[in-house]
Amino acid sequence: MSAPGISNFDLVIAGVGGQGTILASDIIGKAAVKENMSVRAAETHGMAQRGGSVVNHIRLGCELGSMIPLKGADVLLALEPSEALRYMDYLSEDGIIIVNTEPIFPVTVTSGLCTYPDVDAIVSAMEDKRKVKAFNASELAKEAGHPQSMNVVMVGAISNHLPVSVDFLLECVRELVPSKTVDINVRAFEMGRSVTQG
Amino acid sequence: MRKREYMLGNVAIARGIVEGGGQVISGYPGTPSSEIIGTLAIMKERDFYVEWSVNEKVALEVAAGASMAGVRSVVTMKHVGLNVAADPLMTLAYTGIKGSMVIIVADDPSCHSSQNEQDTRRYSQFSLIPCLDPCTPQEAKDMMPYAFEISNRLQIPVIFRPTTRISHGKSDVELGPVCEDRPAADFRKDLQRWVMVPSNARVQHGRLLELQKDILDELGDSPWNKLDIREDTRLGVIASGIASVYAREAIIKQDVDASFLKIGTCPVPVNKIRTLLENTDTVIVFEEMEPVVEEQVRIIAQETGSNVEIIGKIQGPVPRIFELNADICADVLAEVLGLERTDVPIDTGEDFDYDACRIELPMRPPVMCPGCSHRATFHVMKKVYGKDAIFPSDIGCYTLGIQSGTVDTTLCMGGSITVASGMYQAGEKKPICCSIGDSTFFHTGMNGLLNAIYNKADITVTIVDNRITAMTGHQPNPGMGKTATGEDTVAVSLEALCRSMGAGFVQSINPYDLKQTEEVFKRAKDYKGTSVVITNQLCVIDAKRSGIRRKPFTIDADECVGCKLCVNLGCPAIEFDIKSKKASINIMCTGCGVCASMCKFDAIYEVKK
Repeated sequence: MSAPGISNFDLVIAGVGGQGTILASDIIGKAAVKENMSVRAAETHGMAQRGGSVVNHIRLGCELGSMIPLKGADVLLALEPSEALRYMDYLSEDGIIIVNTEPIFPVTVTSGLCTYPDVDAIVSAMEDKRKVKAFNASELAKEAGHPQSMNVVMVGAISNHLPVSVDFLLECVRELVPSKTVDINVRAFEMGRSVTQG
Repeated sequence: MRKREYMLGNVAIARGIVEGGGQVISGYPGTPSSEIIGTLAIMKERDFYVEWSVNEKVALEVAAGASMAGVRSVVTMKHVGLNVAADPLMTLAYTGIKGSMVIIVADDPSCHSSQNEQDTRRYSQFSLIPCLDPCTPQEAKDMMPYAFEISNRLQIPVIFRPTTRISHGKSDVELGPVCEDRPAADFRKDLQRWVMVPSNARVQHGRLLELQKDILDELGDSPWNKLDIREDTRLGVIASGIASVYAREAIIKQDVDASFLKIGTCPVPVNKIRTLLENTDTVIVFEEMEPVVEEQVRIIAQETGSNVEIIGKIQGPVPRIFELNADICADVLAEVLGLERTDVPIDTGEDFDYDACRIELPMRPPVMCPGCSHRATFHVMKKVYGKDAIFPSDIGCYTLGIQSGTVDTTLCMGGSITVASGMYQAGEKKPICCSIGDSTFFHTGMNGLLNAIYNKADITVTIVDNRITAMTGHQPNPGMGKTATGEDTVAVSLEALCRSMGAGFVQSINPYDLKQTEEVFKRAKDYKGTSVVITNQLCVIDAKRSGIRRKPFTIDADECVGCKLCVNLGCPAIEFDIKSKKASINIMCTGCGVCASMCKFDAIYEVKK
């Protein structure tokens, strides 16, 4: 867990290059700055981005380094199920996993070199070890109006756990998504938020 | 309270350049440094000049010229770029500068996006040019106006070395005032200073050595070095740059009391190190990559006759490879103090413990985009030259062609054509076909081609021209007819350039046209001498951004026989179902049509809508 004197809230966001992990982390980081918190974040850029496995670290109320220690994250927000498992070691013993159940097959799978594990098996393996909230955020994004708003669905889903006000988060969604897609993304946020409510 | 903004480290550095009143900014893209110029180039109101230069040597010389004329200049690059620019760097230390000059070199410990892990502080020691080593994006921004100031005061360039976690970290950053006052360019002739003939160089070398004491005094007292002596402990921790925040976290986590010296400069603050040594029995040194600080601490300890035990990388447990983190620092503290270790493995990105869940995960390596023309080029290249052929390659997106079996070597920027030439001159009889991108060709590939043609190397040079510097985030280059700030300029013709260098065989092709590509590669292979094939096709990301829309393709399941020819192309848009033994195309298809033209059963066709 995030420790006093180091950080108030440690979040790891995992996904696949192109899914919008950086935008998701930007919404949260910017909202936390509006809350007057110090924020430290680390991102994957460059070569690793192209369809590869990507991970962002984001620490709220932190004035040290951006890298979350292994077994240190309060929440693991995974935009893809196999990527949730890949970065599970970052999660603390009491941490929560919020995961989109829609898989993206890597080329190693589509070309038949590797097999992709059964998504239900991934979820139940995680459930054996941690508290898990699994749902198909990609379907919700389509319902909200565009499949690309999946990352914002996920931000909505984690909003119930963040030490940041919903108003600031929504304000940042509006500021950071393309202006033509604000309504879709606000809807996506609300749909994600209602999944983890109660 | 001043305004605080959430920004990327490189954006904060760009802001620091503006706050410091930078006037001429040049650079060559390279992860993790590229966004500094990217940020400056898209600013709407600009009272500075900014350019993407063709390589780092050129960029450094442009910035040097500007500062010789008396203005404030900046050059940006990644660590390996400084190798290209090392020639002017070493002599620029002799001449010094007149205005101010900051050489920003972003290091990449752990090789997140690089071919090696070199430590730029070694270049600082080598060239006798001072270096600043920031610990956070905030400090990186704050250091920039200071760097201009001491560069001007000492009349020497200053190296500024962020690492990946600074450049590609994000943080809340408190903004400072923008410097409005800017010196005007006014070059004054001074042959003894600016003309490095041997008689002048010898004098200037002496001047540079004399200047070292001033540099040491200036940096030692700078706000970037902070010493905190604790009365109740004989343990000391020294940490440089970003390692200082990791070390602080480790100290809190392990609940240790230690005197702490945070270092942000190279050369190191000698007096502060002496004071720390006087107040401790054991000192642990944390720094990323090379033991630069540790070596200096050992020298100072020896000079002062100190018996303090110094623990670091030279004999101690601090790793010399990969980036550091708070866990590694915490474990070193534990080992030294006999505390409980966290036993966290070094995160190389591969050693995760998800096996504990007894589920094997598929690898997800970065790949060329769906529809990327490099994939088509490599497919035909391999077919024509054969799997025994040698395929030297270069640094760029096409390095991902390693998955296509057409990347046998990558040494450095521009190292494809030259390595291919060397293999041919060594007497290698196998066919040799190398690949290099457009931006890399302009960077240092051109010299290699000139050399290959001049020395009659019988090789094929494939310039995979996607009309952009794609891997580093889509920067313009001389082939595009656009400058960094988006202004129109001359679009240099690769074909004309290669011909003018004397290439007898130069042929441009559309790599999506597999038939034409195959025919041209066959002729290039048969050609005696250096043949050049230029593949013309816009980067798919750039094509999408510029509004080009192609209809996607689909596979007729009734016609598909499951031969996997299209699947072996390795396009993320083509999937293979093991149960039905049929291929299918997913929503990622960008409509390049390459798979359709290779299908022998006419099972792949354009979606009609």
